[in-house]
Amino acid sequence: MSKKKDDKRIIFNSEKEMPLVAMSLGSMLYNKTGAWRNIKPVIDLSKCIKCGICWKFCPDTSIDIVDEWPQVNYDYCKGCGICAEECPEKCIVMVEEEK
Amino acid sequence: MSKERKMTLTLPKEELMSSGHLACQGCGATLAMRYALKALGQKTILCIPACCWSVIDGPFPHSSLDVPIYHCAFETAASSASGVRAGLDMMGDTETTVMAWGGDGGTFDIGIQALSGAAERNEDLIYACYDNEAYMNTGIQRSSATPLGAWTTTTPVKHYKKERKKDMIGILAAHNIPYLATASIAYPEDMVKKFKKAKDIHGTRFIHIYAPCPTGWKSRPDDTVKLARLAVQTGYFPLYEIENGEKWTLNLKLKERKPITDYLKLQGRFRHLKEEEINLIQAEVEANYQKILKKCGL
Repeated sequence: MSKKKDDKRIIFNSEKEMPLVAMSLGSMLYNKTGAWRNIKPVIDLSKCIKCGICWKFCPDTSIDIVDEWPQVNYDYCKGCGICAEECPEKCIVMVEEEK
Repeated sequence: MSKERKMTLTLPKEELMSSGHLACQGCGATLAMRYALKALGQKTILCIPACCWSVIDGPFPHSSLDVPIYHCAFETAASSASGVRAGLDMMGDTETTVMAWGGDGGTFDIGIQALSGAAERNEDLIYACYDNEAYMNTGIQRSSATPLGAWTTTTPVKHYKKERKKDMIGILAAHNIPYLATASIAYPEDMVKKFKKAKDIHGTRFIHIYAPCPTGWKSRPDDTVKLARLAVQTGYFPLYEIENGEKWTLNLKLKERKPITDYLKLQGRFRHLKEEEINLIQAEVEANYQKILKKCGL
């Protein structure tokens, strides 16, 4: 779950810089999808039972397990709300994003 | 008390799908890919025809997946994968798994001849179809996987789909391929188990994954997993596997099935349905479920 990949966007200035074969050179981490969201999940860790269900069902892999506790990566969370819906203890609430 | 509990994860920790991909909020297909790659591991080559996943992966030269991907034409997922497999065999690489990953359009309609050909030749590949029941990537057009009664942009409310969903599992079971299974994103452990099992079998293996699409189904993004779970619990999409076309096994036996309305009412695409149409769908689901129970010998 440690993300060692870099999040730089690769831009080619000329055709000569392009690789000869179609290959992927970088990850999509430059694309901070957190900007898409209207509501954000907030985890109340005092009620958390460490079941890992939020981590399991996150389509954006934006819930990391840090020292056995779930932590939302707000850079990439799109705010779908699956974690809040699936949490058995209901300790995740979706909060309106402030502008 | 809760602080003393140890976290036990039920899925492999390895993450081959990175954040930042281009899927819609609450996409079921990304969850399907995440679990599939968790099971198959790094030594995998993907062949992706035109489908949502060819967009989700990201623009060249970026990729959100840590495995090599070959983007092929719409109808050639299975034949491209056969070619990749043949190339690997020439190089003496028997370790790498080749997986064709198509949507329901690329499997049920456009890619069926390539898939049928590969299944007949018994090519050594996994074909995974993530089924979101319409051509979602191009703008929710009807496919032969769209269920009875559903709205799509080409089957509007007044002329909703009157035909049944194609029985793809039945078609492939008739090919007598070594392994055939259905999986749902709401049951990831079951799905990972099936992919791991498929990895160790040689020959054509087909896995049909049920992946809800909030955009196309007009449902709430947070209901994605709930919808997939309800589809299994109502008997609409039973979880079973077939080995060598003969041995049918039901993976999840339901003591009591929920009424189909629980599943239909969460989706905007079924909002126009009236009482008698819902009863018709319920009867269809019931008949299909009984058929599968009979095949499994239950």
